[in-house]
Parts: sequence; C-alpha cells; structure tokens
Amino acid sequence: MSDRIEAVEEIRPPVTKVGVIGWLRENLFNNWFNSILTILTLWFLWWTVPPLIKWAFIDSHWFSEPAVCRDGHGACWSVVSRNIRFILFGFFPEDQQWRPALTMILLVGLSFWSRDRKRWKKSLAFTWLAGIVVMGWLMHGGLGLPVVETGKWSGLPLTLLLSFFGMVFAYPLGVLLALGRRSKLAAIKSMCVVYIELIRGVPLISLLFMSSVMFPLFLPEGVTIDKVLRAQVAIILFTAAYIAEVVRGGLQAIPKGQYEAADSLGLNYGKTMRLIILPQALKIVIPPTVGILISAFKDTSLVVIIALYDVLKTTKVTISNPEWMGFSTEAYLFLAVLYFICCYAMSSTSRRLEKELHTGR
Amino acid sequence: MSIPETTNLQQPAKVPFWRDPVKRGHIFQAVVLLIALSVGYILFANTQANLERQSIATGFGFIEREAGFEIAEPPIAYSAADTYGRALLVGALNTLKVSFVGIIFSLILGTIVGISRLSHNWLVAKLSGAFIEVMQNIPVLLQLFFWYALFYEAFPSPRQALHPLPGMFLCNRGLIFAVPAAHPVHKWMLLAALVGVIGWYLLTRWGHRVQDATGKIMPVHRMGMGLTLLLPLLVWAFAGAPTALDIPVLRGFNFRGGMTVSPEFSALLIGLILYTSAFVAEIVRAGIQAVSKGQIEAAMSIGLKPGQVLRLVVLPQALRVIIPPVTSQMLNLTKNSSLAIAIGYADFVSVANTTINQTGQAIEGVALIMLVYLIFSLSTSLFMNWYNKKMALVER
Repeated sequence: MSDRIEAVEEIRPPVTKVGVIGWLRENLFNNWFNSILTILTLWFLWWTVPPLIKWAFIDSHWFSEPAVCRDGHGACWSVVSRNIRFILFGFFPEDQQWRPALTMILLVGLSFWSRDRKRWKKSLAFTWLAGIVVMGWLMHGGLGLPVVETGKWSGLPLTLLLSFFGMVFAYPLGVLLALGRRSKLAAIKSMCVVYIELIRGVPLISLLFMSSVMFPLFLPEGVTIDKVLRAQVAIILFTAAYIAEVVRGGLQAIPKGQYEAADSLGLNYGKTMRLIILPQALKIVIPPTVGILISAFKDTSLVVIIALYDVLKTTKVTISNPEWMGFSTEAYLFLAVLYFICCYAMSSTSRRLEKELHTGR
Repeated sequence: MSIPETTNLQQPAKVPFWRDPVKRGHIFQAVVLLIALSVGYILFANTQANLERQSIATGFGFIEREAGFEIAEPPIAYSAADTYGRALLVGALNTLKVSFVGIIFSLILGTIVGISRLSHNWLVAKLSGAFIEVMQNIPVLLQLFFWYALFYEAFPSPRQALHPLPGMFLCNRGLIFAVPAAHPVHKWMLLAALVGVIGWYLLTRWGHRVQDATGKIMPVHRMGMGLTLLLPLLVWAFAGAPTALDIPVLRGFNFRGGMTVSPEFSALLIGLILYTSAFVAEIVRAGIQAVSKGQIEAAMSIGLKPGQVLRLVVLPQALRVIIPPVTSQMLNLTKNSSLAIAIGYADFVSVANTTINQTGQAIEGVALIMLVYLIFSLSTSLFMNWYNKKMALVER
C-alpha cells in the first residue's frame, strides 16, 4: 500500500526565470530598449563612480595640514575636520561649546522620541516644553552657567533654532490664517486672503530684506530688536502663509455634515473647530505639512544673504580663509550631507505617517 | 380674545447683541480692523519720524537719477551713466531670462526623470529615485554655492581654457562659444520662423477640421515643423547664405568676441534646473500613476499604437493632474531665482539691493521687489489657470 504514495519530482523553473539571471532578465534586459538603457547607464556609472571614489576616499586627506592637501590630488576633507568646531558652533565661546552640542543632541533625541505616534499624548507636549526650557537655559546661560549673548549663537545651533521656532510658531499662525480665510466675516476673510497671497507671491529673500533693512525704520527711536529675532519673525510670517494654504485644503476636505452635526449638538464656533473640524482636518494634512516644514528648514539657509552666521555662513567663512581657499567643494559636500540627513529623516517620517494614516479615515 | 397678545407671543424674544451671531460678527470685525489700522498708523508714524530724523528721501524720485554702478552681461544696452530705472529694468529682464530658460529646461529634465522613475529598468528607476531624493533634500542656495565654487575651482583660467569643440572654450570665466557674426538677415530669419510657427498652428486647426469631416489624419506636425525650419533657411539662402562666424580669441587675460555664458548665470541656471526638476519629476510620476490602467488597456484594445496611447490617452489625463502643482513649481523657480544675489548674478533683487544701499530708500526698494515678483507670480498663475481650464475635463 505504501508504495502507491510516490514522491512526484518537482520540476524546477528554468534557470533563466529565477535567481540572479532571472532577476537580471526581468529588470534590466527585458527588451532591446531596456538593454541599451542598462548598458548606457552602466557605462555612465563606470565612467563617473570609480574616479569619484578615488577622489573622495582613496587619494583623500582627512586630518592633514592644508599644505599636504595642496600637494595631493584627492579630496581635502581636512577643511572640514580641522574647522569642524567653527563650522558647527561659529562664535560660541570655545570652552562652552558643549552647551550647544548638548542642546542639539537634546533636540534631535526629542524629535526621534516623538516619531512614534503612540507617544502623541499630552505628556509629550509637556516633555517638549521642559526640553525647550532646558535648551534655552543651555544656550543662553544664567543659573550657574556663563551668559552667552544671542549675537554669538551661530553655526548649526542657529540653523536648528531658526527652523525649529519657525515651525513651532508658524504652525498655529497658519491654522488661524486658514480659519480666517474660510471665515464668513468679510473683513477677516479679505485680510487673510490678501496676507496669504501676498506672502506666497514674493520670495523669502524680500521678507528677509524687509526684516533687515526696512523693519528698523518701523520702530520708535531708541528701540532696537535683535537681528536674529527679526529674521526669525520673517521666517515665521513666511512659513505661516504656506501652512495656511495646506490647512485650508484639509478644511475643505471635511464634509459639510460634520459642521451641521456640530451645530445640531449646539457647539459654538470655537468648540466646533477645536473638537470636531480641526482634529480631522489637521490629520489629513500631516504629510503636506511635513513637506512645508522641510522646505522651511532648507530655507533657513537664506539668512546667509542678510549676514547671519548660520551653518552655511560659517562654512563660507571657513573656505574664504586664505589657508583653506580652493577646497570649497569638499566643505559644501559635507554640508550637503548634513542637510540631506536632516531632510531625509523628516521626509521618511512623513512617508511613514502617510502610510499609517492611509488606513481608513 | 385679545389679538395683541398672540402677536406678542409670535414676536421673538429680544436677543442681547452679544448673543446675536450677526451683530457679534460685526463687532468682532470692527475691533480687528481698528487694531490693524492703529498698528498700521503707529508703524507709519514711526517710519515718518525715523525717515525725517535720518533725512532719507521718500518717493520714487530716485528712479530718474543716475545709477552709477555697472552690471555685468546686461541683456539690453546699459552703462553706469544710465538711470536707476533702467538698471532695475535690466535686473527684471535678467530675472525673466533665467526664469524662462530655467522653467523650460526643468520641465524637460523633470519629465524625463519622472518617466525614468517609473521605468521597468531597475537601474534607471533607482538612479532617478536617488537623483530626486538628493536634489530635493539639499537647500537650493547650497547647490548654487556648490556649482559656483565648482566653476571657479575646477575650471582652468582663460589661458589654459578647455577646448572641447572648435570655437568653444570652457574656463572659469564661463562658457565662450562662436556665434554667427551679426548680419541684418538674422532679423528676417527670426520673422520667418515666427511665420512658420503661425503656419504650424493654422495647419493644426486645418488638420482637425479635415479629421472631423473625413476621419483622415493629416501629418500636420511634420508639415508644421518642416515649415518652421525651412522658411528661415530659405530666407538665409536668399540673403546669400552668410557664414561669417564671430570666433572668440584670447586677448590678454580674457576672451574677446563670441558669446559668453558667465559662471554666475550658469551656476544659477544649473542649480535652479536640477533642484526644480526633482520636484517636477515627482509630480510627473504621480500624474502618470493617476491614470488608471484600464484607460491604457482600453486604448490598446481599440488598436492605438503605443505612441498614440501615450499622446492621445495617457498624457491628456495625466496633464490634468500635473498642471496645477507644476505651476506652483514654476513660480517657485522664479522666486528662487532671487537667490542670484548670493552668487553675484545681477537679477532684480540684486539690483534693487544695490539701489537700497546707495539711496538708503529701503521701503521703496523692498516694495519694488515685492511688486515685481507679485506681477510675475500673478501673470504666471493667470496664464496657467487659463491653460488649466482649457485642459480640464469637459463634463456633460
């Protein structure tokens, strides 16, 4: 009886359909056009990548004197490594630079902690509040630490500071503007429309110019406002207009029934918005909002033009030093990697959120 | 019994004004307006006092005065003896020039990269993905600095200029190449090309009429293209086919003659194109993915060729999704061109900034910058809205 059960020999798929060869045929050489494309691309990569690797890693100098770099042919990463403290912290007093370093670690750590949506509760808001107080104390000093004036805050901390506070203040302002634009009150609506369209129509640089050369004329005699703060306000006002448009999209996506249901429950405008409309609208627009925040982060680099010492400006100062002249490519590449990591972290978070929020409404 | 009583009952109870939404709205608006106006007044008064104290002139009188600064590579005749008004015009034209060229190239490159992103070729798709990620996540200003530094550091001085093609030189003063020497026939060739384009347009309309009436498809685009190319050539041949070239020659430390594309302009253009095309690519990808597969299958099942499927079915539907976000990318490119000031290309912002520094009239200068960009933005969005309406789905 048992001999009736025979093992049927499995027929393996042809070699050309599975494994490396199958994959290659499927993805790279599935027709004549793709084959040509693949060969051209490979040739292009072969032509560019090996010399680039040779330049960046094999012939390169990592911690040498500038003179050694000048003799060699490779990349001179020493321009970064030898000036890293100035590039990152600018004019912050040398012996106190652990403070901005700690601040940045705190900020990045808190951001990573907040990536998980399970932790989005009230306690997280208080954690952030406490974090901001600690960061402010670390940067400014007092209570046992020597005071460092805001004029000395420069480099990466300034970039992060401008973008962080830009985002924190622009967000509520943007939501208010979006609500104003959807308001039934004609005066409020037209003011918001004019503001949003005006700001979105002009480049950020013109607002920064406004803050640096025009704003001092607005103030009464004797009153001066810190230059960093003025640029910060310009960035907030600019970002808010863009956030307002994104939030407006979310508000428009909420069905009318939601408003009517809230009305029939007898909720007033404030409660309708706070409890019914905004929670839904803001959830829909999380991904585009992160997009706005990423561009706000990138746009803080524009403060270079009004001579604030953000991380791009400290890099420029470094490479304009005659000792290190001629190695700007390396310095800019380092900075590009730095920005890329920050922006990529934000955009991948946004993509993950988009996927998470996509399940149902 | 008593009629007055019933009327009394039907009359609504008197609502206090703070509970009446209409009146409350009016009061709220009045308060906000009052606050806005008073803040405006305080700022205005402060500004007046400050201007008087620092004895800064007001008004746009400076536009008539002599500018006294030079602008490199002006698109129209300009010298330091010209007025501020003309200097600002030169700046505005430079902005237009770089935005126009930038928009065209970033649309082309963005479309190519966006389609490659969807390619079945794994290598090409991954490479385009990497390109998009890298370009989107690095600030455009940093990219501009990078390309500008590369031009200055990687390319040799004019004396050791690279010489890739005859009549073309590449050095740290820019790209210098030979152009046909000025000849009166060029104006007429341009006119002939214009006539060709108009002819192309008329041919297309005629082709549509023929197709509607008889169902025959006329090769109008091939004919139109031929017309646009042939007419100028005919004019050129008729004028005796002038072939004289204006060839750049090294004199002292720089080249004379030929056409020069400065490193500032090139760096700005390359930076803007690469940055914007990454965003355009993502939009194009999303637009093509938005066309449902059934549409393509239906088109193929009625016997259209692959090219026709793309041209007649996929693209018209994808364009509808693509146009609005691409418009805002075009506007972004125009606004980002204001970063020219950081690498020393004389765009409008840069000229206006010099004007502010020389005259001290910051308010007028910033107002002019905002006005010019608002005009650019509004006219672009008006045009694109018109185009969008033309392309939009016509529903029954």
